[in-house]
Amino acid sequence: MEATVVKTGTEGKTWGGGNRPLRASYGKLMMWFFIVSDALTFSGFLASYGFSRFKFIDAWPIADEVFTHFPFLHGVEAPMYYVALMTFILIFSSVTMVLAVDAGHKMQKNKVILYMFLTILGGIAFVGSQAWEWATFIKGDYGAVETKGGRILQFLNTEGERVAIADFATNIPGARETHAESNGVWYQQEATQTTFTFEEVKAGFLANDDILIRTQYLNEAGEPTVLSREESINKLTNDGALVVEGANLRHNEYGHPLFADFFFFITGFHGFHVFSGVIINIIIFFNVILGTYERRGSYEMVEKVGLYWHFVDLVWVFVFTFFYLV
Amino acid sequence: MAHEHKLAIFRGSLKFKSNVQKIWGVFILLSIVTIVEVALGIVKPEFLTDTKFLAMKLLNWIFIILTLVKAYYITWDFMHMRDEKSSLRRSVIWTAVFLICYLVLILLIEGDYIYEVYRSNYIKFNF
Repeated sequence: MEATVVKTGTEGKTWGGGNRPLRASYGKLMMWFFIVSDALTFSGFLASYGFSRFKFIDAWPIADEVFTHFPFLHGVEAPMYYVALMTFILIFSSVTMVLAVDAGHKMQKNKVILYMFLTILGGIAFVGSQAWEWATFIKGDYGAVETKGGRILQFLNTEGERVAIADFATNIPGARETHAESNGVWYQQEATQTTFTFEEVKAGFLANDDILIRTQYLNEAGEPTVLSREESINKLTNDGALVVEGANLRHNEYGHPLFADFFFFITGFHGFHVFSGVIINIIIFFNVILGTYERRGSYEMVEKVGLYWHFVDLVWVFVFTFFYLV
Repeated sequence: MAHEHKLAIFRGSLKFKSNVQKIWGVFILLSIVTIVEVALGIVKPEFLTDTKFLAMKLLNWIFIILTLVKAYYITWDFMHMRDEKSSLRRSVIWTAVFLICYLVLILLIEGDYIYEVYRSNYIKFNF
């Protein structure tokens, strides 16, 4: 096989191969391009959130009123504090990650181990916080009535404070029972019922003169419209259809169901990224402990997962703004 | 590239002695920006919510600009974009920024148009 050409004769020339025009390794470059495509996915979600919000701009829930809880502080109105805490957890885990990358450049194995460990803890803390946020949102707090047209009616007292439906609904004995599989002739059961039926809420509303209805539509001042007592009675008896407690993909006691849909989808997709980031970090963490990169002579793998981890933080910065602030 | 970091931020006006110091410096900066955002989100000063600039509340402009500031420092210092070659930086940033701006512009204009259609329609949606 003497005729086989071993060399192309173009070594050292620009197009001769073996060049790294962007001066980054293959793996790092591919991580960057993955991040670009993932950023486009997330911006697609956030842009469609903006689309739906602009579409229903006069009836979109105010995030400050939706996320007002803080763990162990029951009944305390604490808008934003919890999500600010989550943001700090994530930014801080980003800091420990970049410290791990820096220690990796200096080939300090024990420091990399420590900082990777702290990063993993931060990631787990963030996912846990998000689970709590979801649970609170799903559970709801005051309850509301959905109209036939799918609009949400919330209840206020005459001072303008929110009233939970449990506080005024009258109990009608035997109004409704959940159909469980054990009672049926066939293997059928129905989904969880709300604590009160619409009839019970309506009866309680008519019996209490000091309760008003607040619709989702914003008035000139940009606040949800509060109806007078007379209008409230008309609205509830003519349009009311069912009771909503908490939020799921179909109903949302805080306002438009699309708000809940986008909340679950975007924060869920982001939480999934954090979760997979934690898994990848754990794998790299064990590789560091085993000395894989020490033997390889380079901690570039830590840098690559670091890029992904910072990207997750970057996305959260935008989710935080567009879901909670704007 | 593995051992060389550009250690100055704010266009060179703030220089750090080591990369670790720069990381903590950027962390402090990001924390301050976040605290300002949260404080504004809780207080909601009236002169910011009442004033509008280009069809958006001044407060929302501030939030978006502060978010972009945070995104800049995360990308430049935590993801080491500052130390990369400008061709890599541009192929990543310009592509993403152009496509995202385009998508957001189109979807928001369309969303606003549909809102107008709903509002000035003969069909009643609020029942």
